Amino acid sequence: MSKIHVTTTVNGDEVEFLADPRESLLDCLRDHLGLTGSKEGCGTGDCGACSVTLDGTLVCSCLVLGVEAEGRRVATIEGMAEGNALHPLQRKFLEHAALQCGFCTPGILVAAKALLEKNPDPTETEVRYWLAGNLCRCTGYDKIIRAVLDAAAEMRQEAA
Amino acid sequence: MAKDELSEFHLVGTRPLRPDGLDKVTGRARYGADVSMPGMLWGAVVRSPHAHARIVRIDASKAEALPGVKAVVTRADFPEGLTGENWNLQENTMAGERALYDGHAVAAVAATSALRAQEAARLIEVEYEVLPHVIDVDDAIRPDAPVIREGAADATVPEGSPPNVARYIEFGHGDTEAGFAKADLVRARSYKTEATHQGYIEPHACLGQLGADGKGEMWVCTQGQWFIRQMCSSVLGLEAAQLRVTPSEIGGGFGGKTTIFMEPLSLALSRKAGGRPVKIVMTRSEVLRATGPTASASMDVKIGMTKDGMITAADAEFRMQGGAFPGAPVDMALYCAFAPYKLPASRHVGYDVLANRPKCAAYRAPGSPMGAFAVESLIDEMCRELGLDPLDVRLKNAVKEGDRASYGPTFGSIGLVETLEAVKSHPNLELPLGPNQGRGIASGYWFNHSGETSVSLAISEDGTVQVSVGTPDIGGSRASIALMTAETLGIAYEDVRVNVVETGALGVNEPTHGSRATFASGKAAVIAARRAIAEMCRRAAAEWGIDAEAVEWANGAAQPAGPNAGKFPPMGIEEIAAKMGSTGGPISGHHESVPEGVGASFGCHVVDVEVDPETGRTTILRYLVVQDAGRAIHPSYVEGQFQGGAAQGIGWALNEAYVYGQDGRLQNAVFLDYRVPVASDLPMIDTQIVEVPNPGHPFGVRGVGETGITPPLPAIANAIEAAAGVRMRSLPMSPPKVLAAIKAAREG
Ligand code: FES
Ligand code: FES
Repeated sequence: MSKIHVTTTVNGDEVEFLADPRESLLDCLRDHLGLTGSKEGCGTGDCGACSVTLDGTLVCSCLVLGVEAEGRRVATIEGMAEGNALHPLQRKFLEHAALQCGFCTPGILVAAKALLEKNPDPTETEVRYWLAGNLCRCTGYDKIIRAVLDAAAEMRQEAA
Repeated sequence: MAKDELSEFHLVGTRPLRPDGLDKVTGRARYGADVSMPGMLWGAVVRSPHAHARIVRIDASKAEALPGVKAVVTRADFPEGLTGENWNLQENTMAGERALYDGHAVAAVAATSALRAQEAARLIEVEYEVLPHVIDVDDAIRPDAPVIREGAADATVPEGSPPNVARYIEFGHGDTEAGFAKADLVRARSYKTEATHQGYIEPHACLGQLGADGKGEMWVCTQGQWFIRQMCSSVLGLEAAQLRVTPSEIGGGFGGKTTIFMEPLSLALSRKAGGRPVKIVMTRSEVLRATGPTASASMDVKIGMTKDGMITAADAEFRMQGGAFPGAPVDMALYCAFAPYKLPASRHVGYDVLANRPKCAAYRAPGSPMGAFAVESLIDEMCRELGLDPLDVRLKNAVKEGDRASYGPTFGSIGLVETLEAVKSHPNLELPLGPNQGRGIASGYWFNHSGETSVSLAISEDGTVQVSVGTPDIGGSRASIALMTAETLGIAYEDVRVNVVETGALGVNEPTHGSRATFASGKAAVIAARRAIAEMCRRAAAEWGIDAEAVEWANGAAQPAGPNAGKFPPMGIEEIAAKMGSTGGPISGHHESVPEGVGASFGCHVVDVEVDPETGRTTILRYLVVQDAGRAIHPSYVEGQFQGGAAQGIGWALNEAYVYGQDGRLQNAVFLDYRVPVASDLPMIDTQIVEVPNPGHPFGVRGVGETGITPPLPAIANAIEAAAGVRMRSLPMSPPKVLAAIKAAREG
C-alpha cells in the first residue's frame, strides 16, 4: 500500500512523516517520529496507555489513524514538562509514589492533565471515573488518585 | 563497621523520590518495545486457532514470495532431543507435531516492517487435523478425557491415575481421623477458582539478534535476564555466555515475565535472516492467549473445629490445571493453604493436571490465592455456624515462632499474631455497616524467596557509589537498594546510583520474583558495601600507619577506633576515593550467594462490601491491608505493593476469568472482555505496615510483593455472605452468579 505524506504539529513542533494508511497515530508517533513515551497496552482502546490529545481532545492514539493527524495539533507525554520544569502532575506523581512499573504513567498523566483543564476542582469520584479508561495493574490506583487531587489543589492555589 | 542494629536509621524508612522516576513521568524510560536498531526487522507469529490439533502441513511459500520477507521459522529450525522442562519450553515456544492450545505458536516470520510481517503471517498456510480437547480441570482429570500427552506423568504419579495427571503430591502429619473425632463441628466443602492473567499493561516485547557464529544479543522486557539467557540458549542450542541479555524497563510482570515465549523466535528469525535484529511485540490478544496465565483450581477441603474455635484436623485435596504442560502450582497452593494455622493433624493431596490451555506461569504468590480461597472461606463458614468471631479464631490458632508449619518446616521469627492484633485494633473494624453491607476478613501467606544473587558495588573517583544489581526494578527496588546501601555507607541517598545490568556484567541472578529483590539484592548490596568499607578502612589505616583493626567506619568516614588508635581526623569517603588511584587502585565490593535468612510474610485483609440484591453486583466500600513487612525500607513502595496486590485479588474475586467456548477457544482475549479493575471500581485501599523484623536480613526485610493478592479472594466471599446471606464457592463472584445465588436462597 502506498504511503501518505502527513504534516502535523506534535508538542508544538511541525513534523512530517510517511504513514501507511493502516497505521495508527500511536504507531506513527512511536515508529516514525521516535516518540515512544506513548505506550501500546492493548491497541483496542481499552487501556489508555496511548492517551494523547488531538486538538486538545483526549483520545486513544491507537484508535486514531496516523493520516488523521494531518493539519491537527497532537500533544503527548513528551511535551508535558516545559524544559526541565515538570508539570505539577508529574511532580505529584513522583512525590506520591503514584507509579510502580510506570508503563501506565504517560497515558494517565496526559489524561489527568486533560481532566484538570476541564475541571480544576474534581472530586475523588470524578477523578476515578475520568481515569476509568486508563488501566493500571500495579498500584490499585490509590496513590494515583491522591496525586491527581493534590496536583489539582496546588494548581488551583497557583491560579488563585 | 556498618551498623545493623534495628533502630535509629537515617535513611531506611524514609520516602525519597525514586531514582528512575523522572524518566518515567516524562516518557523517556525505555520499555521492551521502545528500542530499535539499525537494520532491524519485525517479527510476527502464526498461532493455532484450535485448542488441540495435529499439524499436518505448513506451507510458507506464499509468505516467502512476498517482497520484504526475510525469514520464516517453524519447529524444524529448532534443535531436537531436548528433555524435561527444556523440552516443555521449546514445545511451548513453537508447536511440534500438535498445537496444544488456542494461540500456540506454529510458525514465525520476519520482514522489513511490522505490517509486512503481519501480512506474511497471514499467508502462511497451516493444515490442521482437529483433535478432541479438554479445558476444565475436573473434566481433564477424568479417566476418559482426551489425552494431552502420552507419558506425561512423572515418577510421583501413582499407578493407575488418569492420563492427564502429570504430577502428584501428598504430605501431612498426625492422625486426621482422630482429630476430626475430637471436633464439635466437621465441615467439608468444594471450591473452584478460574484461571486469571497477571494483566501487566506492557505486552511482551523483545529485540533479538543472533549471528551464524552463535553470538547474540537481546533487549527484552523481563523479570530475569539470566532466565531469558538460559532458556533461550537451551531451546536454541546456544552457549549461554555467547548471548547477552539486557533487560528493558519493565511494564509489570507479577511472575508472568519470568519465562520465555516469543524471545527464542526473534533469535531464530534473526539467525535465518543473516543476523539482522528482529523485534517482536505481542498484541494484547497474544498476551492473553499465548503467555502464561495462572492455573485454575478445583479444591475439596475438610476442617474439624471445637466449639470454642480450635482447629483439630484439616484435609485438603486440590486439583489444578496449568495448561498443556506440567507446572500448575498445586504444591505451593497446598503449602500455603493452612500456613497461618497450627494444625494438630493434616493431610494434603494435590494433582497437577494437563489441559488444552496455555502453559501457566507464575502469578504473584503462585498457588497461594487458590488455597486461601478454599481454606479461609471454610473457616469463615464454620465460625458463622459456631457463632465465633473469625478474627479471634484466627488468633487462637495462629502459628508463632517455633511452631511447625502445616507444610513441615519450623517457623522462625514471624509476625502473624502481631498482624492479627493490628487488624483487631484498627478503626475500620468499628465502622458501622448499612443494609446489604457486610464485612469479611481473611489471612494470607507467602514464604518469600531468596535465590541466586550477585551484586557489585564500586566507589567512584568523587566518592559517589554505583551498585550493579541483576534484579529488574518493577516497583521501586532501585530506591530501596539505594537506601540500604547509603545507610550502610553513611552517605546520602542521592550519592548512590543503582543500575540494573545485563547478563554480561554479573554472575547469574534469579529474576525479580518471589518477593526477593529487596531481600536478596538488598542484602547482597549491604554485604558488598561492607566489603568496600573494610577496604576503605584499610586504606585509611595504611595512611595513618596504624592497624586496620584500629579503624572504624562511621558517618561516611574512616575514624580511629577509640583513643588508643591514635588521633587522626576522620577520613571521608570522598577523600579516600580521590586518592584511590595511588593507594592501591579501584575500591569496590562484591557479594554473591544464595542469601540465607528468608523471612515469611503474613497478611490479613478486611473488606466491607455492599451487594445489590437486584443485580448481584458487589461494590467494594472499604478495604484494609495489614501485613508484616519485616522492615519497610521505602514505606510508599511497600504500601504500593499491598495496594496493588489487593487490587489484583479483588479483580480475581469479582470479575476476572478465562472464558472458553465449546470449541476450546478463548472468548475474552481483549481488555474489554477480560476486565481488570479500573479506577472507578475501587475505593482508596487502606494499609497498615506491621514490622516484625526478619533477623535474617541486615535491616529486617521480609519481602512484601506476593502475600497481598491472597486474602482478597476469600475476604470478599466472606463479606458477600455477611452482606447477602449467600456463600459463593466458585470464582469469579460476578453479578450474574451472585444474583442467581440470591434468587436460589430466596426461593429456599
Ligand atoms: S493502547 Fe490504546 S487504549 Fe490501549
Ligand atoms: S504503574 Fe504499572 S501499570 Fe500502572
